Amino acid sequence: MSGFFLSGNSCPAVKNILILDSEGKRVAVKYYSDEWPTNSAKLAFEKSLFGRTLKSNARTEAEITIFDSNIVIYKFVQDLHFFITGGDDENELLLATVLQGLFDAIALRLRNTIDKREALENLDVIFLCIDEVVDQGMILETDANAIAGKVAIQNMDASATLSEQTISQALASAREHLTKTLLK
Amino acid sequence: MAQPLVKKDDDRDDEVDYSPFLGIEKGAVLQEARVFNDPQLDPRRCSQVITKLLYLLNQGETFTKVEATEVFFAVTKLFQSRDMGLRRMVYVIIKELSPSADEVIIVTSSLMKDMTSKTDMYRANAIRVLCRITDGTLLTQIERYLKQAIVDKNPVVASAALVSGIHLLQTNPEIVKRWSNEVQEAVQSRAALVQFHALALLHQIRQNDRLAVNKLVSSLTRGSVRSPLAQCLLIRYTSQVIRESTNDTQTGDRPFYDFLEGCLRHKAEMVIFEAARAITELNGVTSRELTPAITVLQLFLSSSKPVLRFAAVRTLNKVAMSHPTAVTNCNIDMESLISDQNRSIATLAITTLLKTGNESSVDRLMKQITNFMSDIADEFKIVVVDAIRSLCLKFPLKHRSLMNFLSNILREEGGFEYKKAIVDSIVILIRDIPEAKESGLLHLCEFIEDCEFTYLSTQILHFLGIEGPKTSDPSKYIRYIYNRVHLENATVRAGAVSTLAKFGAMVDGLKPRIFVLLRRCLFDNDDEVRDRATLYLNTLGGDGAVVETDEGVKEFLFGSLDVPLVNLENSLKNYAFDINSVPKDVKTQPLAEKKATSKKPTGLGAPPPGPPSTVDAYEKLLSSIPEFASFGKLFKSSAPVELTEAETEYAVNVVKHIFDGHVVFQYNCRNTIPEQLLENVTVIVDASEAEEFAEVDSKPLRQLPYDSPGQTFVAFEKPEGVSAVGKFSNMLRFIVKEVDPSTGEAEDDGVEDEYQLEDLELVAADYMLKVGVSNFRNAWESMGVDFEHVDEYGLGPRDSLAEAVNAVINLLGMQPCEGTEVIPPNSRSHTCLLSGVYIGNVKVLVRLQFGLDGPKDVAMKLAVRSEDGTVSDAIHEIVASG
Repeated sequence: MSGFFLSGNSCPAVKNILILDSEGKRVAVKYYSDEWPTNSAKLAFEKSLFGRTLKSNARTEAEITIFDSNIVIYKFVQDLHFFITGGDDENELLLATVLQGLFDAIALRLRNTIDKREALENLDVIFLCIDEVVDQGMILETDANAIAGKVAIQNMDASATLSEQTISQALASAREHLTKTLLK
Repeated sequence: MAQPLVKKDDDRDDEVDYSPFLGIEKGAVLQEARVFNDPQLDPRRCSQVITKLLYLLNQGETFTKVEATEVFFAVTKLFQSRDMGLRRMVYVIIKELSPSADEVIIVTSSLMKDMTSKTDMYRANAIRVLCRITDGTLLTQIERYLKQAIVDKNPVVASAALVSGIHLLQTNPEIVKRWSNEVQEAVQSRAALVQFHALALLHQIRQNDRLAVNKLVSSLTRGSVRSPLAQCLLIRYTSQVIRESTNDTQTGDRPFYDFLEGCLRHKAEMVIFEAARAITELNGVTSRELTPAITVLQLFLSSSKPVLRFAAVRTLNKVAMSHPTAVTNCNIDMESLISDQNRSIATLAITTLLKTGNESSVDRLMKQITNFMSDIADEFKIVVVDAIRSLCLKFPLKHRSLMNFLSNILREEGGFEYKKAIVDSIVILIRDIPEAKESGLLHLCEFIEDCEFTYLSTQILHFLGIEGPKTSDPSKYIRYIYNRVHLENATVRAGAVSTLAKFGAMVDGLKPRIFVLLRRCLFDNDDEVRDRATLYLNTLGGDGAVVETDEGVKEFLFGSLDVPLVNLENSLKNYAFDINSVPKDVKTQPLAEKKATSKKPTGLGAPPPGPPSTVDAYEKLLSSIPEFASFGKLFKSSAPVELTEAETEYAVNVVKHIFDGHVVFQYNCRNTIPEQLLENVTVIVDASEAEEFAEVDSKPLRQLPYDSPGQTFVAFEKPEGVSAVGKFSNMLRFIVKEVDPSTGEAEDDGVEDEYQLEDLELVAADYMLKVGVSNFRNAWESMGVDFEHVDEYGLGPRDSLAEAVNAVINLLGMQPCEGTEVIPPNSRSHTCLLSGVYIGNVKVLVRLQFGLDGPKDVAMKLAVRSEDGTVSDAIHEIVASG
């Protein structure tokens, strides 16, 4: 993993993506760089970053700071704090685009109610979104619709092979489908 | 019935820490994971369990090896389910579990099946997972599919393969390099991100081939790159090409500049900014080239987006360091940023203004900075301190308010790096602005009254010892220094004792009082402190008599230690030693290390340590040879000079050992022919082109078997203490004997043979030892003008200023001081400080001032100070004849 960061290439790289709650506790985090080798190093980074940015108003527009020789761009919504970290010579606007892409994709998937409870209840969606935005530090996709589209689950494969299912499986799947539509 | 339900809901809302994962426990979740093994899989339930596992890992929980393996095997069962949502979660958790090589085999076939599936989502994700966990052997099996995937019509699949390729290039470059045809095709893709990933991979494949990168850039800058991300990459690659290509100064046109400028009109801000930044970072950028970039950055300054403002002001801040006038147009916009909510932006705006503003605005800006110093992080505070220091050097008249500012922030809370930056700045100001000296020293004195950093305290005490005695009223510092003896740890106390002694040595009026204080230190409970006090009392003549301090004592107290610390340390390890036997040679250091240490002007920095020298070994070797034992102390040994081409029959290099009246050439020989044994090996040296040298002795090598190195020596006599130069031609003479390779035994009869070696030159630099000084300015001033020799030289057209500076340094063979061998890019003049010891143990200091005269011509002013007039002249001769 570190090779991508060490190779001295000029490719934009993301060092981590963090989603913390209003007390600085983890909702979902993903580290791509080896700069924070242990869990305690990661927690220390999150704690001081959270403390540093807590007072700022990053609700309408994303905010930015330099922290431990890294560029950190962050955006808050309700009780969630989103962060993205890159090297200190990274193009700030490029990192902001990645964060915005992730943020909007999550908003699309959660139908615009982004708060901690909603995020935790749909944590699988959050993990999948992060997985589709950055792959081992390399930017994978920045367009929110594309990310949300990839995360959306159209289970066409299952319906195509309906005949192979047993009656009870078909019933279960139908029931599930129904509850899903009702919940929407 | 409705009542309690509502109430319950309220409860849930009030509970701040509500979480679906409340009370989650690893053991229980691992139990739950058994549902993966059910014959009738419940996809929804399984997805939930995977989410829980991911949650645990995300919170920092770790699985033991056994647990991870168990979970992994259970997860592999889930490939039986056709539920797409579940499959996605399976992909994610496999990546998180990062299975070991023997476990990977279990999922390989499932993933390979997905990789060839008709469903795009399966293909894309299976590629990412497989490439993540695979090793080289498997990669060759799936290479065919990956190549297909790169040109897949679905952009998600193509991107997955390309990004995987970027990561695999680190571990399996030879395989990934075979894909360049497919990658090339993908660069033309209409999907934005595919183009970006393909360009990144293609460049990485070709990055070591300058010509190929050049071609790539020139073809793409003409075509249309659609994706903003890809465009940013292209701008980076273009800047690299510009950096590496030679600038065509005749027309003043820079290749590809038009492309960069065109990008300033791109619709994506990301691209505009990338291009503007690239232009500002061009080597030797002209103000005409800068203007369009500055204009777009200026527009960004008034953006409503903080990120945009930050990016612009940070870039302009950097520009202001080298081209302050180019940024002055933005001053009005900068002013409005001083009150920006984002403190990082405000700080950068102010420091930019400090660099571009005029003298009259200084006071107002200082007032504004003071208001928010406490709100910003140490990194930014250091930026402010650096800006203030350069401002003060620019407007010396403002030193009072700036010095006050520095002393105020010195008293506030802060980490070591920050405090060190402030102290360094004050020290530099004291050195460069005489009027600021007294107030600066007092600020430092007050600081050490309450300083938690031992390192800073001792450094300041040392500095006080040098500067304090030269002030109008040295006595006022004594109290501050003596307080340290009472209140601090042993290291600082010892430093304070040394400082007191320096005051005693320099200020005769203070001597009796210093003696009283030093005598009190004799009862300190630390050995070092007592030892120092005793030593100083004795050297200063602590018997109470007020006598003039003699020169030897001053030299002892103030002179810089003329041996590198590493050599001293090595000698100390041998314990019993004589200071004169410590080698004075500094080995040339790797360039990277120099860069790191010379990055910032350090006020208190010590010279960088060098690797241990090999001189010890040489000295031992030579003194073991009786013929050379009478030559005296070895002055210098050169680095080995090759006398043969690489990979010839006999490899020979030579080390030049310089003694006061002799020179010994040590020929290191190696026989590379297994079938030969060389005997009676000598080097016949013809010194007809080195008139002052006469051969006195030679020591042949009895045997030189295959591949075991041996040495032969030739010694010359030369006039004592004189730096005689000359050229020597060498011929290797030996008796060759055939060796039977099977038995390894040599035949009895040999044939005499000769082998021509390359010529060897003895140059003036061979008589110069690289010896650094810790404080060049002090050393320069104490050397005095008695034997100063100044002259000017024209060096003619040179490639660059840096090339000229290095050439002169190498010619003289002296040690560059205070990082002055590094020349900032684009500078038109440079001052380089050198120090060394010339044969006869004569200290030499050199100040070189270079200037560009016309486009390429370099002019140089050479000022030499030494302890001997003839040596100063000799240095000039070296330069004049070189």
